[in-house]
Amino acid sequence: MSSTTTGTRPFLEVKDLTVRFETDDGIVQAVSNSSFAVERGKTLGIVGESGSGKSVTSLAVLGLHRTRSNAKVAGEIWLDDQELVTATDEDVRKLRGGKMAMIFQDPLSAMHPYYTVGAQIVEGYRVHHKGVSKKEARTRTIDMLARVGIPQPEKRFNEYGHQFSGGMRQRAMIAMALVNDPQLLIADEPTTALDVTVQAQILDLIRDLQDEFGSAVIMITHDLGVVAELADDVLVMYGGKIIERGPAADVFHEPQHPYTWGLLGSMPRLDRDVRDRLTPVKGTPPSLINLPDGCAFHPRCPYAGRNGNRSFTEVPELRGGVHAVACHLPAEEKRRIFHEEVAPNL
Amino acid sequence: MTDNLLEVSGLKMHFPITKGVFKRKVGAVRAVDGIDLAVKKGETLGLVGESGCGKSTTGRLMTRILEPTEGKVLFDGRDVSHVGQAGLRPLRRDVQMIFQDPYSSLNPRHTVGSIISAPLQIQNIPTPNGLKSAVQDLLKLVGLNPEHYNRYPHEFSGGQRQRIGIARALALRPKLIVADEPVSALDVSIQAQVVNLLDDLQREFDLTYVFIAHDLSVVRHISDRVAVMYLGRVVEIADREQLYKNPRHPYTVALMSAVPVPDPARRERAQRNRVLLTGDVPSPINPPSGCRFRTRCWKAQDICATEDPALIPRLEDPASHQTACHFPVTEDEVVAGRRPAGAQA
Ligand SMILES: Nc1ncnc2c1ncn2[C@@H]1O[C@H](COP(=O)(O)OP(=O)(O)OP(=O)(O)O)[C@@H](O)[C@H]1O
Ligand SMILES: Nc1ncnc2c1ncn2[C@@H]1O[C@H](COP(=O)(O)OP(=O)(O)O)[C@@H](O)[C@H]1O
Ligand code: SF4
Ligand code: SF4
Ligand SMILES: [Mg+2]
Ligand SMILES: [Mg+2]
Repeated sequence: MSSTTTGTRPFLEVKDLTVRFETDDGIVQAVSNSSFAVERGKTLGIVGESGSGKSVTSLAVLGLHRTRSNAKVAGEIWLDDQELVTATDEDVRKLRGGKMAMIFQDPLSAMHPYYTVGAQIVEGYRVHHKGVSKKEARTRTIDMLARVGIPQPEKRFNEYGHQFSGGMRQRAMIAMALVNDPQLLIADEPTTALDVTVQAQILDLIRDLQDEFGSAVIMITHDLGVVAELADDVLVMYGGKIIERGPAADVFHEPQHPYTWGLLGSMPRLDRDVRDRLTPVKGTPPSLINLPDGCAFHPRCPYAGRNGNRSFTEVPELRGGVHAVACHLPAEEKRRIFHEEVAPNL
Repeated sequence: MTDNLLEVSGLKMHFPITKGVFKRKVGAVRAVDGIDLAVKKGETLGLVGESGCGKSTTGRLMTRILEPTEGKVLFDGRDVSHVGQAGLRPLRRDVQMIFQDPYSSLNPRHTVGSIISAPLQIQNIPTPNGLKSAVQDLLKLVGLNPEHYNRYPHEFSGGQRQRIGIARALALRPKLIVADEPVSALDVSIQAQVVNLLDDLQREFDLTYVFIAHDLSVVRHISDRVAVMYLGRVVEIADREQLYKNPRHPYTVALMSAVPVPDPARRERAQRNRVLLTGDVPSPINPPSGCRFRTRCWKAQDICATEDPALIPRLEDPASHQTACHFPVTEDEVVAGRRPAGAQA
């Protein structure tokens, strides 16, 4: 992970974050003991399959669980030296849409059907800039629409979200998120619903804006390709836990967790020769209400027996320095398995 | 006879746009607008392209779920373009379709057993060991527990539901399966399991596949040949290796360069070589004159607005590699490390 040597806190630091939901079916352990950090100007990628806790992690940072009575959040979230888990609702509301902002997979759901795109961005700007005139806010909004590559921004200002194409809508939402110069931008599957050509444009836009404004970005996706394109650091989540964490180059070139191997083995890739067969993880992801004992991955792990029965009884801790892994296999053994058994099939 | 299992020629599907109480026709969505394609016995033909380019419509014409407004569909040499219900009966056995959304394509009120056995009953297929055992064999075949015969779709995960859809498609031992985005809604690890399953089944039953997807990596993995679609047309078609190594159509080049590469070390090179398309796909109601890609093409010249380029072999390409472009992209233009000259960054 990127860590500062000055001894001060990273820009965003999450420590032992745990989020549980009480439901009729039981307690959902959506996020367990997550710790990570993001510096300004850096991008953290969070990958994992659906239901692994990616969105809940980011919603907790934004304080959105506060509106859900069944959510229990524990741990610490430090944003620019301010602790958010214990902060007042009012303080968190001020930060949201201001210092921190979010873009979602489905931009329509984030847009009001009865207000024009322009009116919504103006409103978002004025909430965080009291005393700014309507005219100034309008100018700022049109600048933002132009900045994210929306043609004819003056005209588009007066249109509704549903009149935009998918890619344009995603751009409008990015303009909405960026209008207050957020220092932390959380993007939850922002390109999953888009064609690759449009995805490339949006990723490019996020990269450019980050270069320009130096924000910290959290990019949540199930697509390892998108992470490899953008992220400086990567978290791999499984069953609500971080199972591997490290600089992108390490996680992609020397992955250490059997689940990460499975993810890589599942992907056909254009940058490699065609493989005869994909080498996916067997089985299906666990229910977060009823997590398997020991390592949550053990029912799907081909190496579960190799370390005595600890995999079945003892939850592996996330260990290591910059590149950390939650797996009982000895480090030497992991390296050997990766190079001899896994890498040749990728 | 050729070794083509399916042939379509001059295929068009124009959905009428109507207005007023008298349903006056005011225009048409040209979802498929002149396609010639052949699917060889035993092969997998991949169909790729952006959302709305007509992939699903092509699939539904091939399976004759839709009746084409123009053109021909030949299955096993027989013209089925306009045959009615009775004439379609054998086709309903020989050709099956698998859909993207395993949730909505299965009736939630029916058990897995009745979902999978329905086609057997409709077609009066004899089952020597009984219907139940036939269904259980199919469940085993697709990697599901045969004991789960009496369960309902909601009791299964997305990947398992897709397997149910595959079992249903296999029930009649079809010759051709048209799979429309069969793995797009699935998580990567489950997606790979289903891709491997489709592979195994093809080998075991000599199946022919048309595999529709927007994911170029999955299509490359599974297909023998690939056709790239844009605005209701095939703009390039070739053997898999040939297409991915020597894409000729500017659109194919742009599409491929947009795929994110899961290797941070190649990030900069991938970005440097990326051809970013600007603007949106034009409306299929009023496609551009001449070459339909010209409004987004960095190589467009005057002739592109007036002359519709034919889908034929270009440059030194083999007959099997056809491109609909007046100025096909050459090897020199796409060599690693360089963006095609003139292309926008
Ligand atoms: N029944 C219909 N009536 C009118 N227009 C239709 C109909 N079905 C499809 N279309 C239109 O035809 C065009 C092609 O649609 P089609 O579903 O074949 O695209 P596709 O390539 O499968 O896209 P996707 O990747 O989003 O699935 C689109 O513009 C679509 O809106
Ligand atoms: N409000 C809620 N109430 C109960 N369970 C929830 C709620 N929000 C999310 N969950 C559960 O938390 C788990 C993690 O969800 P999420 O973070 O959305 O996954 P993803 O990794 O796909 O983003 C899932 O099991 C999900 O069903
Ligand atoms: S702890 Fe055991 S079961 Fe878990 S990933 Fe490591 S080897 Fe596999
Ligand atoms: S024919 Fe012209 S406009 Fe069409 S793809 Fe070729 S160069 Fe571009
Ligand atoms: Mg999510
Ligand atoms: Mg479709």
